[in-house]
Amino acid sequence: MTIVVKFFGSLREEIGNHEVKIKAEQPLTVAQVWAQACDEVPLPHHIWTAVNMNYVEQNTLVQDGDEVAFFPPVTGGSDEN
Amino acid sequence: MKIEIVSAAFNPWEQLQAYEQTLTIPRSKWGAVANFVGTMRDYNVGDTVKSMWLEYYPGMTEKYLQTISEHALTQWDILDTLIIHRVGPVQPGDTLVLVAAWAGHRAPALEACRFLIEELKSRAPFWKKETLEQGSRWVENHTAI
Repeated sequence: MTIVVKFFGSLREEIGNHEVKIKAEQPLTVAQVWAQACDEVPLPHHIWTAVNMNYVEQNTLVQDGDEVAFFPPVTGGSDEN
Repeated sequence: MKIEIVSAAFNPWEQLQAYEQTLTIPRSKWGAVANFVGTMRDYNVGDTVKSMWLEYYPGMTEKYLQTISEHALTQWDILDTLIIHRVGPVQPGDTLVLVAAWAGHRAPALEACRFLIEELKSRAPFWKKETLEQGSRWVENHTAI
């Protein structure tokens, strides 16, 4: 199965890529998708995860054709301090 | 209900007025409109900020804003909502976000507006990268209310 993996924000810069595609023989969790896309580096705990544009936990199972996204905590709106 | 992500500068008051003109509910039915307008400051955590890059997740950001708008419309006795959020390169003084809620009375309008901006800030997929006088940095998520 093929899975689209996307990275955003500072993570996109650190990884050096916005989007990659990975292939798998068996169902993977979100954390396993990360490991396969990022040379087996463990998924950092603070990173947020989404499948098909919905927030999910790291142990969620991913299906063929799914889009998996990884990104740092969000900072929209205004008012930072 | 309207949700819009824009990559060019916008005037929140013109947008508010323009959207009001599209509302099918007569003006005599809404006694209150509450709004929040967020503007880019030229400082943050003690540093001068010269400009900013606002990144988002096309598709998911709109989906999330739609979800919280639908939630607000069921949770409070409100008539309509509007969210406009800027992305891309932004300059100090530019409007970053407009949130508005229309209702028959002030309490639901104010509460729904507060809910929308707080949910947007804490969960909607946007990321800010500031350009300082020397270098740049990603804004980290520990915001003050």
